Order: sequence, then structure tokens, then C-alpha cells
Amino acid sequence: MNVALQETLPVVEPSATSGALSLLWVIIALPALGATVILLLGNRRTSGFAHLLGCATVVGSFVLSLVCFVTLLGRGEEERQVVQKLYTWVEAGSFSADFALLYDPLSALFLLLITGVGSLIHVYSVGYMEHDARRARFFAYLNLFVAAMLVLVLADNYLLMFLGWEGVGLASYLLIGFWQHKPSAAVAAKKAFVVNRVGDIGMALGTMLVFTTFGTVAFAGVSAAAGEASQTTMTVLGLLFLLAACGKSAQVPLQSWLLDAMEGPTPVSALIHAATMVTAGVYLVVRSNFIYDHTEAAQTAVVVVGTVTLLWGAVIGCAKDDIKKALAGSTMSQIGYMMLAAGLGPAGYAFAIFHLLTHGFFKANMFLGAGSVMHAMDDDVDMRHYGALQKAVPVTFLTFALGYLAIIGVPPFAGFWSKDKIIEAAFGENLVVGTAALLGAGITAFYMTRVMLMTFLGSKRWERGVHPHESPKTMTVPLVVLAALSAVGGLLLLGDWVVEWLAPVVGAEEHHELAVPPIVVSLVVLLVVAAGVGLAVALVGRREVPRTAPTSVSFVTRAARADLYGDAINEGLLMRPGDSFVRGLVSFDDHTLDGAVSGTGGAFGGLSSTFRRMQTGFVRSYALSLLLGALLVVVAMLAVNL
Amino acid sequence: MNLPLLTIALLLPVLGAVVVAVLPQAGHGTSRVALPKQVALGVSLLTLAVVGYVGIAFDTDGARYQFTETHEWIRVFGAHYALGVDGIGMTLVLMTAILTPVVILASWYDGDDGRWGANAFFAWILVLEGLSICVFAATDVFLFYVVFEATLIPIYFLIGGFGGPRRSPAAVKFLIYNLLGGLLMLAAVVGLYVVSARSAVGPTYLLSELTTVPIEQSTARWLFVGFFVAFAIKAPMVPVHTWLPDAAEEGSAGTSVMLVSILDKIGTFGMIRFCLQLFPEASQWATPVVLTLAVVSVLWGALAAIGQDNIPRLIAYTSVSHFGFIVLGIFVLNSYGQTGSTLYMFNHGMSTAALFLVAGFLIRRRGSQLISDYGGVEKVAPVLAAMLLVAGLSSLSLPGLSPFISEFLVLQGAFAHGWWWAAAAVLGIVLAALYILLMYQRTMTGPTVPSVAGLKDLDVREVAALAPLVLLIVVLGFFPQPLTSMIDPAVAATLEQVGATDPAPTVPSAPSEAAATEQESPE
Repeated sequence: MNVALQETLPVVEPSATSGALSLLWVIIALPALGATVILLLGNRRTSGFAHLLGCATVVGSFVLSLVCFVTLLGRGEEERQVVQKLYTWVEAGSFSADFALLYDPLSALFLLLITGVGSLIHVYSVGYMEHDARRARFFAYLNLFVAAMLVLVLADNYLLMFLGWEGVGLASYLLIGFWQHKPSAAVAAKKAFVVNRVGDIGMALGTMLVFTTFGTVAFAGVSAAAGEASQTTMTVLGLLFLLAACGKSAQVPLQSWLLDAMEGPTPVSALIHAATMVTAGVYLVVRSNFIYDHTEAAQTAVVVVGTVTLLWGAVIGCAKDDIKKALAGSTMSQIGYMMLAAGLGPAGYAFAIFHLLTHGFFKANMFLGAGSVMHAMDDDVDMRHYGALQKAVPVTFLTFALGYLAIIGVPPFAGFWSKDKIIEAAFGENLVVGTAALLGAGITAFYMTRVMLMTFLGSKRWERGVHPHESPKTMTVPLVVLAALSAVGGLLLLGDWVVEWLAPVVGAEEHHELAVPPIVVSLVVLLVVAAGVGLAVALVGRREVPRTAPTSVSFVTRAARADLYGDAINEGLLMRPGDSFVRGLVSFDDHTLDGAVSGTGGAFGGLSSTFRRMQTGFVRSYALSLLLGALLVVVAMLAVNL
Repeated sequence: MNLPLLTIALLLPVLGAVVVAVLPQAGHGTSRVALPKQVALGVSLLTLAVVGYVGIAFDTDGARYQFTETHEWIRVFGAHYALGVDGIGMTLVLMTAILTPVVILASWYDGDDGRWGANAFFAWILVLEGLSICVFAATDVFLFYVVFEATLIPIYFLIGGFGGPRRSPAAVKFLIYNLLGGLLMLAAVVGLYVVSARSAVGPTYLLSELTTVPIEQSTARWLFVGFFVAFAIKAPMVPVHTWLPDAAEEGSAGTSVMLVSILDKIGTFGMIRFCLQLFPEASQWATPVVLTLAVVSVLWGALAAIGQDNIPRLIAYTSVSHFGFIVLGIFVLNSYGQTGSTLYMFNHGMSTAALFLVAGFLIRRRGSQLISDYGGVEKVAPVLAAMLLVAGLSSLSLPGLSPFISEFLVLQGAFAHGWWWAAAAVLGIVLAALYILLMYQRTMTGPTVPSVAGLKDLDVREVAALAPLVLLIVVLGFFPQPLTSMIDPAVAATLEQVGATDPAPTVPSAPSEAAATEQESPE
């Protein structure tokens, strides 16, 4: 069976780009150019046109992505992998890595997601950031992000992917800390970068192990020879890339940065910390399918991480009063679903990507909706100060509602199709994992219903002086588009399209025989979702929501409010001991080591007593020692000659 | 083309220094004579032009050492005035020539309030440039040694004459450490002479001849240690690094750049040029100890940097960490590690220079070196903050900026040598993120503290000084090829002498890949 399996595994064997596809590099170059122009000219000089330039470049990239996609659609299945080598990036001794772009069905979908949702969020930001004096700078960073993200998903090798990987990390750092006069924003930005760097250890070591094993870092070379490497190597690789994925995708145990990242402006949360960047970990695992397919141990680790995170994030989402943090917990949880699916191998890769796409639509939609609500409520994020907003912001309400229906998985909206498939596949793998995924669906329904009720329904609990109003067109139009996509995103599964489209990259879906027909699973899922909704209505909808969070709550709620003590654990295990260690080391360096070496050195050369005297008569002493040295040389040489 | 270009390149700044020294004193106040400064800048730019020409004319497929000059100097010793550059030396000579005008422009007013006036400051800088070019181009061990020691003089006066309040102790500490190293090296230099004089080759200090002299194993190991310790102090590596933070704290920003970006490289350059080439067996023998020290330096320097409140000290410690990486790459004895190391030396030169200079601009404005005295500077000086961030990001080796490539190559080399070396050293990338971003967060972000509220942003001169550094950092992050293609053949030649080869991949990928890489012609 194993041999048969290996023969069916897909191999990355791209041909050179031609025709419309040779414009691939322009897709990256456009936003990169936008960022460069705005950053070089500066905020003040570009404030008149930066938002237009920012939008134009990303929309341009979207159009090109569409053109490329259509071109790829028109090709036969075997010709859907192309590579565009721009130049040799790094060449040192026997190491070499190209600046080369790999365009295949997987990157094609990502391109559409990144530039499509990216365009909408750029447009939205025109309105959202209108009154910010540094709006031009904001657009430069957004453009920079899009360019880096495109490099990440178009790279044809691990080193170039690393460039995009940390590039998006930089953009994320800059944007979380965009309002850096707020200490909380600056701290959150730094935290995100540092935690991601921990994950990057995995990315760096993984790339190195790939090179020492295969003699190349290109996906093509690795996938061709993957079957010949040892099991241990593949497992270690799988675990290293999983570490990287945990950092970027905020999976347990590297999840702690994502909630803090909500300090960034809301469009950033929508684009980077919901729709695109945080899903890069899932992309990494799916892209590295040729590694994971050879190591069950690493696959299991991916499944475990995904399962734990999907519950972890969901529980956090239940207890947050900050609308963005509730959504952020939800993002963690949903990415947990994707990870879980990605860990299932060919049975789940396509569904991981499918859910990634639909999640990109509905989560971006809801984040932007949250931004629109905040816009209406004078930037208040506390849902306890909301309530009864459905009439005040009708467009926001309706679009948000579509996102809500999609995420909790009500048919026929997008999330139903994608989440259902993952739960089904999870049951095919293992009963425990399946049950956890099912439970997660129920909790999702609970916390999302809670968000809906607290924000749009119930009674007005507004702060004094707040006059909610609907947002301008630049903000509502993207909402409408995203809401539409949230509604119909499930169409991607029509006729198993997305599964077959991705098959050349990730392999054909293995069919798991379930003990019960799939329709039974779907019905059970719907029942659990209904239960979650019902519970939320009973606990939140039927009661008056207090304007301040009650303090006498259960242990679980307290834990969930504290992000399940993720920060406390980091603090206790790493930061405090680390801090003392650094202080001890500095003191040792300043006193003990310095003294010991100076002392020994001093005694050795008989200089320790003359240390101070030399300051004044120094030049003489210096000349003397040079002379002494020279004399020594002469004596030695004469000695040899004699 | 028989012009002795290297001699011209090193004499230009030295002669320029003499001119600057005798010109009427530059200064501030009413007189405001700028001529000596302008001459200094002009001379350094002229030197850059000459060195730039040499760099362009350097033939990457040509002989190992190019632009060679050999003149007998002291016949009895077999000492020669012998110059020549391979790709490694060329890279460092280029770095020196690029950094000197940057330092001069950035330090325009830094010499004014020193002990001996601005003329002396700029003259010493130029002397230092000339000596550095000479030391990187020397192909005679005796010449190298003499110049190696001679570089101490200008830097001693630069620290002792133009620094902070405790500059004298710092200068003396610097000197004692380096003189001790120098003495050890002197003993080894004498030993080399003894060995060569007794061999069939006869007394010689020419590198090309010394490499053919057979040296007994135990002797070679002793000599290796003599050279290595001197270089380790210079580089500096833990545990002999403590002179550097003091020197950086007391020296002016420009002095620190000359010291850390250029002079310290003599240590790591010496390891490649002399330790490896003269004592290949001993180098292999010492490798485990050296690699351990290197990794300890990487982590120790980074941790100490995290704990600093003083900005120049912090930067000095980051350099201890970076020098750990450089030594690591040298002694893993494979092609990418060593090419990475030389590239690292160049990139670190640019990146640390940018960091020291921006920090210097900041400190000069506010009059404090302490991080805790700052806060919210971004709001009042956005350009300064942006420059600090770019320099900082390059120091933490962000992909897209040049230090990433060299650091990755070094780590890749370490991994190929033994994964555990890379696994330990890679922790440095997390620590680097901490020391840079903590510093940035504490100084630049948050509410603006009153004492920096009136701070002026960078002026045109300051931006002009930083611009070439930032440009190189970004461009070489995407196109490192001009440097790597120069360094590669020199590294290959070094490794051949050491008798080291790259480990083969455990699972060689499809042969078509390798063939495709082979056939690629340089475009």
C-alpha cells in the first residue's frame, strides 16, 4: 500500500512561464513599488495620493492574478505548474537559492485571496483611516504586506519563502504598532515579532535540514527525492515546519501574540490577522505535503496542535467583551480547524485550503463589520456598550449577519460546506479528534451568537454622547462584496471543484469510509450548532447584559478571560526567569569576568599595577613595548641564524 | 597597468592625514573653518574611487591574489612589503573605503570639542583607514603584524582624545587587551620565522612561501594558539570581550564605527588568512573549542545586550554576538559557511555602522546614552526613528536586508558541520529580536517624554551619511551576487588548503537540478 501511495504522490515539476503567466513578477512588483514610493517620498508629500496609489497597485495585482488564473484554468492538468526564475538570489559555494516564482493551483488560489480581499480592505481603509494624519504611511505598510505575502505564496523554495515569511512579520509588526504612541500597541507589536521569531527557528532550521538532506532548497528538488530520505529526517522536518506554522498561525503553544495584535487598526486585523497572514502556517504545511506525506508522527502532531487550538481559541472567544478579541479567539479556533485538516494528509489538504478561503471571506467581512461598528461607536470596542445597533447601522448589520451565518455553519452559506467537510474528515481519522471538532462547532455557534446578540440586538447600552451612524460607501461596499462571498463561497465545492483543482499539488483525496453516511454527520453537526445558538440565546439574549463585566464568575470564565493563562505561563516560565538570568549575566560580565580577565592579564604581563600610571605616560610605554617586541624579534632571528 | 594601486589606496589617506593635520585648525564658533574637514572627506572619497576601481577591475575568475606588489623589506628576516588582495581581502578593503567617508561626514562636528581639535580627529581617522587597507592587503606575515599593532595608535588617540568622561580608562583598557594579544602574536610570528629559517625554504614571511613550509604538529598548534588568541581578543570573543563595551561607551560614534566595523574585522580576517592557511591541521584540531567559544559568544553577547540600558554598550554587545556568528562560519570549514562569514563581515560593517551613527545622532541631541532617558522619539523625529529601525532590523537579520543572507549561510554551514551548533546558535535570532525591538520600543514609541519634546529630526548631512549604508543594506539583501562571486573563489582556495570539503547531501536530489546550477552562466 505504501509503495502504491508513493507512486500517486504528486511531484513539483514546473515548466517555464510563457504568455500571460510571464507577468507573474508584476503581481508582486506593483504593491512593492507602491510601498517604496510612499515610504521614500514620506508621509507628508504623499498624503494627497497615497491611498489612491495603494489601492491601484493592489487592484492591479488582483486583475493580473485573475488573468493568470484564467490562463491556468485553460491549461491541461499536467501543465498547471509553472516557474518563473527571475535571478539567482544567493549563491555561495555549493549553496544556491533562486529568486523564482512557482505558480500552481495552490498559489493561484492564494493570489486571488490575497489580492482580492486585499483590494477590498485597501478600499475600506480609505474611509476607515480618513482622519488619521499618517494615512499615507498606513497604505505603504499595507502595500508592503501584500507584496511580502505574495512572495510567501509564490516562492519556489524555502529560503525565498522565508523572505516572504518574515516580510509579512515585519508588516504585521509595523501595523500592530501603527499607533505606537500607545504603549500597549508598541508592546503588542514587539510581542508579535518576538513570538514569531520563536517559530522562525523552526523555519530556519527546517530550511537548513532540507538543504543538508537534499542538496537544494527548491520545492521541486525536495518533492522529487522526498521518498528516499529517512523517516526520522522527515519527522524532524515536519515538526520544525510545524513550529514555524505555530508561530505564524497563532497555534498553541505560540498563540499568545494574536489577541494582543488587535491593537492594530481594524483593517489590519481583517487582512493580516484574519484572512491572510495568520493562515500562512496552514499554507506551509499544505505546501510541504511532500514532507508530511512521509511522516505519520509529524502529521499526528499537526492534528493535535490543530485540535487543541480549535478548542482553545473557541473557549477564549466565549469570554471576551472586546469585539475584536472575541473575533481573534475565533480566528485562532478556525485556523485550528484548518491545521487539523492539513494534518490529515491528502484526505484533508484540500479542505484545509477550502476552509481557509471561506474563512478569509467571512472573517474579513466580520472584522471589517466590527470596524464599522467601532467607527459608529467612537472607537469603543466593548460589546457591553453596544446593543440594538441593527437599526443604526443596517448595512453593517446585514453583512455581519451573513458572515455570522457562514461561520457557524448554517447551510447553504460558505462555512457550512467547508467546516462540515473538515469535521467529516476528522471523524474519518479518529473519534476523539472528530468529537473535538464537533464540540468546537457548538462552541463557535455559542460565542458568535453571543457577539451578534450583544452587538446588534437587545437593549441600547451606549455610552453617553455616542450617536451611531452608518459608515461611508468606501467601507460598506467592501462589506457587501465580502458578505456576498461569505454567502456563496461554498460554490467552490460544487462538483468537488476545489478538491480536483488542488489534486495535482496535494494529491487525490483519499476516501475514508465512515461508519455512518456523511449526511448523518452533517445533521449531527447542525444539531450541535443549534444547541450552541440556543444556549447563547438563553444565557445572553434572554437576560439584560450588564454594562460592566460581572466579577463573580466561574473558574472557566476567569480562565478564558485570561486567555487560558497563556501569558501567565509565558511570564512565569520564560520572561521572569529570563529577566533574572540576563541581569545575573550582565553583572557577571561587568564585574567577575571583566575583573578576572583584566586581573589575570594584568598579572601576566605585570601590568596591573601600572594600569593607572600608563594613562599619563602612555605614549612612552607604548613605544617601549613596540621596541621591546621588535628587539625580541631581532634576538630570536639572530639566534636562529647563529 | 602597472600602477601599484593598493599602495596608492593606502598612501592616499595617510598623506591626506598629514595635510589635514597641518591645515589651520577647524572649529566652531566664529572661525568655522571647514577646510580640513572638506579635505578629509575629499581624500576619503578619492580613496574610495581608487578602491572602487580596484574592486571593479578585480577578476573573479582570475588569479587568487591580484594587484600584487612585492618588495624586499628586511632581507635577514625574509620580511617583504607584499600586498595583494583575494576576494576576502578585497571585500574588506571595499568595506573600509566605503565606511571612512561615511564616518567623516557623520562625525562632522564630533571632533570640535575633543582634546586636540577636529584636525587631529580627522587625521587619525584617515591614518586608520590607510593602515586598515594595508592590513587587509598584506600578504607578508611580518608586515601584517607590524600594521596590526600600528592600528592601535590611532584608535587609542581617537578614544582617549574625543570621547566621554571616562575615556582614558577605556582607552587604556582597550590598549592593554590588544597589546597582550599582540605580544602573543609576536611570539608566534617569531616562531614562524624560526620554523621557516630552519626549513629548506629559508627565512621568509611571505604568505605564499610560508604555506609550503612543513611545520611539526605540536609547533603548529602552539603557533596557532598564539595567532588565534590575538585575533579572538581583537574580534572580540567571549571571554576576552569586555574591553569593547567600555570603548564603545566612551568613544564617539565615528570612533566606534572605525573600531567595531573595521578594526575588529582584522581579528576574523586574520583567522581566515593566517590561522587556517598556515596551520590547517591545527585549525581542524582546535575546531570544537573554537566553535564552542563562537556559540557562547553569540548567545552571551545577545543576552548581555538585552540587559543593557546604555545604547552604545548595547550595540557593542550585539557585535560580540555577531562576531560569534562570523567565527562560527569560519571554523565550520565548508564553502557556504565561510562565504557567509566574509559576507557577514561586510554586512555587519554596514549594519553596525548605521546603528552606531543613528544612535550617535540621537545621543548628541539629548546628551544621554541611557535608553531610560528616552521615549516617544518617533513622534518628534520620524526620520531618525525610521533609520534606527532599518539599522536595527538589519542587525536582527531580517530577510530582505543584507545581514540575513550572511547569517543564514553561516547557520547553514554550522548545520552541515553538526546540527547542534546551528540549533544552539539559532537561538540568537530570537534574542536579536528582543535586544533590538526592546531598545526601539523604549526609546522611540510610547508617549513623548518632555526631555525629548524639542528634539530635531535628522538634517540633510546626517541623512546623506546614512543613505549609502541603508542603500547597500537593502540592495545587497536582494543582490548579494557581486560580493559572493568575489568571495567564493577565495573561500574555495582556503578550504582546499585546509583540506576541507562540503558534506554531500544525504539524499541527492534529481541530477538535472545540479546540472542546471552548474551550467548557469553569470549574467
